Amino acid sequence: MHKVLGDKRAILVLLGPALLVYTLVMLVPIIWSLFYTVQDGNPITGFTFAGFDNFAKFFQDPAAWDAVLFTLRYALVLTVLQVGVGYLLSLMYVFWLRRGSGLIRTIVFFPVVLPTVAVALLFQRLFEAAPTTGPVNTLIQFLGGGNVDWFGTPMASFWIIILMDLWRSMGFYAVLLYAGLVDIPDELIESARIDGASGWKLIRTIVLPLSLPVLLSSLIFSINGTLKVFDTIVALTNGGPGNASTPLTLYMFRTSFAYGDYGYGSTIALMLTILCLLFTVFIFRSTRNDLTKG
Amino acid sequence: MSATTAIVTGTTPPRRQTPVRRRTTRDFFARLPMRAIIAVLLIVEIYPMVWMFFGSFKTQSEFLNEPFWSLPQSWGLENYVEVFTTGEFGKYIVNSVIVVFPSLAIILLLGVAAGFTLEVMVWKGRGPVLLLFLAAIMVPTQMILLPLFTIYFQLHLTGTLWPLVLTYVATGLPLTVFMMATFFRAVPREVFEAATIDGANVFGLFWRIGLPLVRNALFTVGLVQFFFLWNDLLIALTFTNSSDLRTIQVGLLNFTGEYGAVQYGPTFAAIAVNVFGTLLIYLFLNQQVMKGLTAGSVKG
Repeated sequence: MHKVLGDKRAILVLLGPALLVYTLVMLVPIIWSLFYTVQDGNPITGFTFAGFDNFAKFFQDPAAWDAVLFTLRYALVLTVLQVGVGYLLSLMYVFWLRRGSGLIRTIVFFPVVLPTVAVALLFQRLFEAAPTTGPVNTLIQFLGGGNVDWFGTPMASFWIIILMDLWRSMGFYAVLLYAGLVDIPDELIESARIDGASGWKLIRTIVLPLSLPVLLSSLIFSINGTLKVFDTIVALTNGGPGNASTPLTLYMFRTSFAYGDYGYGSTIALMLTILCLLFTVFIFRSTRNDLTKG
Repeated sequence: MSATTAIVTGTTPPRRQTPVRRRTTRDFFARLPMRAIIAVLLIVEIYPMVWMFFGSFKTQSEFLNEPFWSLPQSWGLENYVEVFTTGEFGKYIVNSVIVVFPSLAIILLLGVAAGFTLEVMVWKGRGPVLLLFLAAIMVPTQMILLPLFTIYFQLHLTGTLWPLVLTYVATGLPLTVFMMATFFRAVPREVFEAATIDGANVFGLFWRIGLPLVRNALFTVGLVQFFFLWNDLLIALTFTNSSDLRTIQVGLLNFTGEYGAVQYGPTFAAIAVNVFGTLLIYLFLNQQVMKGLTAGSVKG
């Protein structure tokens, strides 16, 4: 029996192609990219060895630090908001809408499947200030406010980016967390109710601790996704105004393809990878500590 | 992996007991805040789509002179014609189709075979190989773009659609292999062991028993990968150096740039065309899409 399931030739035929493509197009380039970080140039001009110049440059480059700060600010704010709003929605699905939540869940989820570029162009028009006044500014004027140039100031454009990604992702996190809440046994909730816990107290003492594992994985997915933000920003603000909304991904893209600096581009990409790893480890660690305390 | 906790069933209704209660006026007012929240939620989610749809039929002067809530004065298709003639969207859609569907087929075939080998077959080293596939899931795509650009350039593949297909297959594999392995893990081992006693060889086992067992899972994974590839911007933007190679996303990104001032009607029509495909799929397959995308959330 194990002879059949351990057939070496079959393993090679079935696994070989996937492993080959994966190795050549993912693993080899990842390693190759590490070699680029100690070089200068691009495939057309040729490369020269640069030692750790690229790393030194990264730490002294104000534009790089702006990009790091923007990436962190965006990732943290959006993670808190999308997991937070997603959790509130999932609580609403489970405790208020109950069986009737199917349609609402499906509708709130749908923006996830829309192409980012299309959503971004739509949001540009929704928040337009001139020459036509978009729906949002019309509403603000109706309520007595002034015409806001949403894409003209760093602060406003930051919040537009956040708002758009929240619109796209909250339904997704709501469904993800909803699945965790549904798994909580009814008996637990009922017995807590009999003991007198209700409303906010019930959520805080029973529901929240029990949904901690799925909240944790949501946080990890969210931070990993948001640190890599690219589509939204390229299509919505293209890094502007100025470079105010340029994350590491876009800075890397420009450095590499607009300025042809592959060495420095790879260094930025490596820094982004390290950032993703650090955050994942950090979230794992911090929750493990909490568990031992509890 | 924490990912397994997220393999979810987004469709099962909650089994909470609703106490039977008579509807009274007081009840109605007690429910009012919740109803208001839901109403706002629905408007926020749906109105942009309605606005886009109406906008795609309006003329430039309607945009500049009428308020945003006005309905289009005629239902002519001029804006859509503009999108497919000046905007060349036909070409972009064809490019997307000839890149995405072959990539999808290869990803699924290679991924399900690899998942089968890593989960059902018995050999030393399958644990490390599965980990190797997982290792790249969280690595940003930016890490592989530059070396790939060099490789494709040296192989004279630049200027064709091959770089897109190859990169899509490779980036799609880790998640597919991981998800297929998870699905095969749920199949009782006895099923395969009984078949080997009946004298089936491995390829027969894979093709006639393994594959049909994970057919539904394969469909779900296919849907997830379809959305990732169809909506991809980063890889498409990197490897499409001429306008003839543009996919639908890159085409839309460059659409507004081809005119001096914003042409509102055509822009809205272009967005509508772009959104149409995924929206249609979601209309019919929303439960599978929700299940699949949340299960594939490791990708971030």
